Amino acid sequence: MQLDNLYQEVILDHYKHPENKGLAAAYDAQVHHINPSCGDEITLNLTLDGSLVQSVSWDGLGCSISQASVSIMSGLMIGKKLDDAQIVFDNFVQLMQSKGSGQPDESILEDAVALAGVSQYPARIKCALLGWMAFKDASVQAQKKN
Amino acid sequence: MTLDVTKIRKDFPIFLRTIRDGKKLIYLDSGATSQKPQVVIDAEMDFYKLHNAAAHRGAHQLAEEATELFETARESVAEFLGADSQEIVFTKGATESLNLLAYAFSNAEPGSRFAIGPEHTIVVSEMEHHANLIPWQQLAKRSGATLKWFGVTPDGRMDESNIDSLITDKTKIVAITQQSNVLGTIINLEQIVKKAHAVGAVVIVDACQSVPHMAVDVRKLGADFLTFSGHKSLGPTGVGVLWGSYELLNELPPFLFGGSMIENVTMTDATWSQAPRKFEAGVPNMAQVIGLGAAVKYLQSVGMDAIHKHEEELTSYLIAELGKIEGIAIVGPLDSSLRGGIVSFTVEGIHPHDLGQYLDSFGIAVRTGHHCAWPLTRALGVPATTRASLYLYNDHSDLDALVTGVKNAKKYFGQ
Repeated sequence: MQLDNLYQEVILDHYKHPENKGLAAAYDAQVHHINPSCGDEITLNLTLDGSLVQSVSWDGLGCSISQASVSIMSGLMIGKKLDDAQIVFDNFVQLMQSKGSGQPDESILEDAVALAGVSQYPARIKCALLGWMAFKDASVQAQKKN
Repeated sequence: MTLDVTKIRKDFPIFLRTIRDGKKLIYLDSGATSQKPQVVIDAEMDFYKLHNAAAHRGAHQLAEEATELFETARESVAEFLGADSQEIVFTKGATESLNLLAYAFSNAEPGSRFAIGPEHTIVVSEMEHHANLIPWQQLAKRSGATLKWFGVTPDGRMDESNIDSLITDKTKIVAITQQSNVLGTIINLEQIVKKAHAVGAVVIVDACQSVPHMAVDVRKLGADFLTFSGHKSLGPTGVGVLWGSYELLNELPPFLFGGSMIENVTMTDATWSQAPRKFEAGVPNMAQVIGLGAAVKYLQSVGMDAIHKHEEELTSYLIAELGKIEGIAIVGPLDSSLRGGIVSFTVEGIHPHDLGQYLDSFGIAVRTGHHCAWPLTRALGVPATTRASLYLYNDHSDLDALVTGVKNAKKYFGQ
């Protein structure tokens, strides 16, 4: 069933057992992003240590795709240099825009390759990108501050 | 009279196609937009094939035919609402109708009955669609008026307990939906109309979810303005109706200015034609208006009371069947006599967006999200809901498919 391409086991696992959920008390930047078409919301706290992503924590309400995606993203970004985080980010955005034809690089995207199926469902791409856009926004703000 | 749904479905060519690799289309999203019968598609196509010219302009035969068809559609809509044809303004949609009114209030001369300022209030409800909230919220900001609203009871009815403190002699506008697009609740407007008129306020009714599904007679309703959209009423997109009592339409200043809404124009000034033309600047959406004329004729041929009864019966069945599933919470009144054919619900542990996607893979089209009524979903304390909305072409098998789909989704998502 095509639907199984969308709802891979990894996604449902992250949805049921999200990582880095629960906002850290201290942060360099806090952002709140909303998907106005469906009402999904996320708050994301980011702390940098120089050019290193020290912590990403988040809280939110939304569908399995949006929640799993931010969970996977947070795990990928923590501990990365901002330059490397940008590469992951760009790869993911490109994958989402691939209309199902993308060849995801697992060495870069790791668990996020499970979201490849989302690109076949135009209405869901924004769900998958919600947390990533929040991260991007927070990293810009945190860099300005530091 | 029961509807012959099998026969009705044959009038709608979209039901000939299949969805997601050969599955039957189960269309439960008519609250967003309805499907179109062949007579509507033909009316629109015939206009372009045979009669296309700018209505109300030109001295040639095609222009005459276009004008005739356009004005006949106006008469059809007027008859459908129990109104005079001069009280029917065609807009490009209900959203435009409501913005037209809000901006016309802004344009009113001081001293006119429509002039609004900081001493006035505008009353809406918490269950309004964004289209009947934001124009008034923004009019309040522009004019300095205060926006007030009826709340929603926990069981999804309008809380009218504080009507005397909400609608006062300061109230200029009362803008209320006749049926919630999320809860399905049908609002009995009698008390509100009476109270509003007692204090001299203008009553505006958002009938987008009511007029397509039940008999509405504007004289009996007693409001001052009413709007509905063509595309939710089996008609084309790009056309809406604003009905207003003729006296008020004539007094109301125009909103959009331009061709064909004028009486006389000089380089420095202009005067306006009579209503409804005063509100129809520019070449109108003729094919769409004519399509809507065909749509209301079709609805009348089926019978609005029969359609309403059909949906009421289906709604009772759906509420009963969904209610048997563990973890389902239906929003809005459970008594189907208080509601129209819209059932919004949540399923514990499954986000509506995921449920909608799952149902789609079986050809079942539902709406998910906040349904353009975000303040309402917030008041209900749910981030989003799944909504099934019914129409004359739905039957029990559609609802059985939905109920089975929801049960299977629970297994799929491990709930």
